Amino acid sequence: MPAPIQLSAVEQARQIKARRLSARALTEAHLARIEAIDARIGAFLRVDAAGALARADAIDAAIARGEDPGPLAGVPIALKDILVTQGLETTAGSRILAGWVPPYDGTAVARLRAAGAIVLGKLNLDEFAMGSSNENSAFGPCRNPWDLTRVPGGSSGGSAAAVVSFQCAAALGTDTGGSIRQPAAFCGIVGVKPTYGRVSRYGVIAFASSLDQVGPMARTVEDAALLLEIIAGRDPHDATSIDAPVPAYRDAVTSQASVRGLTIGLPDEYFAGGADPEVLAAVEEAVRVYQRLGAEIVRVSLPHTAHALPTYYLLAPAEASSNLARYDGVRYGQRQAQPGTSLLDMYRETRGAGFGTEVKRRIMLGTFALRSGYYDAYYAKAQKVRALIHRDFERAFERVDLLLSPTTPTAAFALGEKTQNPLDMYRGDIFTLGCNLAGLPGMNVPCGFTGAGLPVGMQLLARPLDEVTMLRAAAAYEREAGTLDERGVPVRQPPGLPAPAEVSL
Amino acid sequence: MAALLNREEVEEIALLARLALTDDEIERLRGDLAAILAYMDTLQDVDTTGVAPMTHAVPMHLRLRADEVDASLPAEQVVTSAPAYVDTYFEVPKIIDTATGE
Repeated sequence: MPAPIQLSAVEQARQIKARRLSARALTEAHLARIEAIDARIGAFLRVDAAGALARADAIDAAIARGEDPGPLAGVPIALKDILVTQGLETTAGSRILAGWVPPYDGTAVARLRAAGAIVLGKLNLDEFAMGSSNENSAFGPCRNPWDLTRVPGGSSGGSAAAVVSFQCAAALGTDTGGSIRQPAAFCGIVGVKPTYGRVSRYGVIAFASSLDQVGPMARTVEDAALLLEIIAGRDPHDATSIDAPVPAYRDAVTSQASVRGLTIGLPDEYFAGGADPEVLAAVEEAVRVYQRLGAEIVRVSLPHTAHALPTYYLLAPAEASSNLARYDGVRYGQRQAQPGTSLLDMYRETRGAGFGTEVKRRIMLGTFALRSGYYDAYYAKAQKVRALIHRDFERAFERVDLLLSPTTPTAAFALGEKTQNPLDMYRGDIFTLGCNLAGLPGMNVPCGFTGAGLPVGMQLLARPLDEVTMLRAAAAYEREAGTLDERGVPVRQPPGLPAPAEVSL
Repeated sequence: MAALLNREEVEEIALLARLALTDDEIERLRGDLAAILAYMDTLQDVDTTGVAPMTHAVPMHLRLRADEVDASLPAEQVVTSAPAYVDTYFEVPKIIDTATGE
């Protein structure tokens, strides 16, 4: 018998609604799990035990009255600490925001709460989501539950690590250049980056506004589909949120998870892109699974792939340098100033003391790219190349329904391995950046392990707003590969952690 | 094209970005930015003749709404997030020099 915290979110909600499990018992079991293991992992920046238990009791009381608290009734989740939470400190992993207690909930958070979810706390991340290893957090790194000497990926590293080690049933992350999919790949979970605009960014601390998107991270495709269905949709508070109907994503993956008749494209440039042989072998095995399931596999070309990295690392820092101008020690967070300091020096000192190394590097890079005299050569040029990258994808999707590739060139790397060389760190994002630049939906699906026992992930990309096809294909693979048992519990789990405790119901 | 940044240029960018940097940071950023920008220069090889800049991931049209007052957070609550405030005002260091009467 699996422990309740190992069950999928969908199964947890089912048991709570059937009164086989109480929301309080399930919440207590998660809090005990966090207490038992997170000192070693570092996934949580903040645990709101009192708030979570109060909410659990309210859910239990609602069920006792015969009410339906929603599709995530009593399911304990956690949030990347870039999502704004009312009454619960939100820092974006930065000293400059330490102590900030937001006066409101972001839209995605509010929608999850309204669906019955219980928020356990806030999860570690690279400062302002800038990083690929979670090592840029001002509050200490997070470790990969599969191997504590390795990074969980980033920037949503805490989210991925917490979900795979059963510290929460599911989590939200954000993805600007791969920050959901890459940590999902490194930690062996499902991570979905929706179409740009599919999910409201209201109450999400901005990094690069033309690229940022919120998405679910979960242990099963069905859980991710359910969370997406809850958080997606138009929001008057975000002018870029898309006004299109939200499909029944969860029904789509449970009732018709077939790939028969689908055409899946393998981008030549992503397979010749220097991925590790072990990663390629696992992904190629997944391709054979799709063939067996009746998908047609074709090769495609995305000719501007090599330019995605410089394009992204010009545009994202440029947008960031503008977005982060608001952290000036006036309206929120920390201020550094001696008495008698001028306003200008107050800004400079506050920002110099409050931001970490990578954030400063990107603000400097972005400020340079936007500076008069360099704007056309850098920023405007990158915007034009972005259009070419977008066109590559449009052409590919004239021929195929989905694109499939490795999510990352390697499995999880060691802590400290890339911190001295920013370009080396950036190069790890080569397969995930194009999706954001083109605004497409993309996801990571776990597809095996290296010989050393580290997870490997494949990336699926779809046409704008075609999350349904992508999620169906992911579910079809998940079923065929047998990565979950019949209760949605992953067959293979991180070794070396204590077994989750049984809970008395 | 901008692969070589001198110290003064880095300091100038830091001032534009409102960042107080230590000497160490300036030196390290000079090296980092030079390496990164040299790599960015590979974009200059891409032929973008006649290509319009892409400013947004999905085609957007200007969305209008009725010009009506919506609920907003109370100022008394919002200012409590600030490092320094008086009543419902954010407090900042003095900007205008009262001695000169300006």
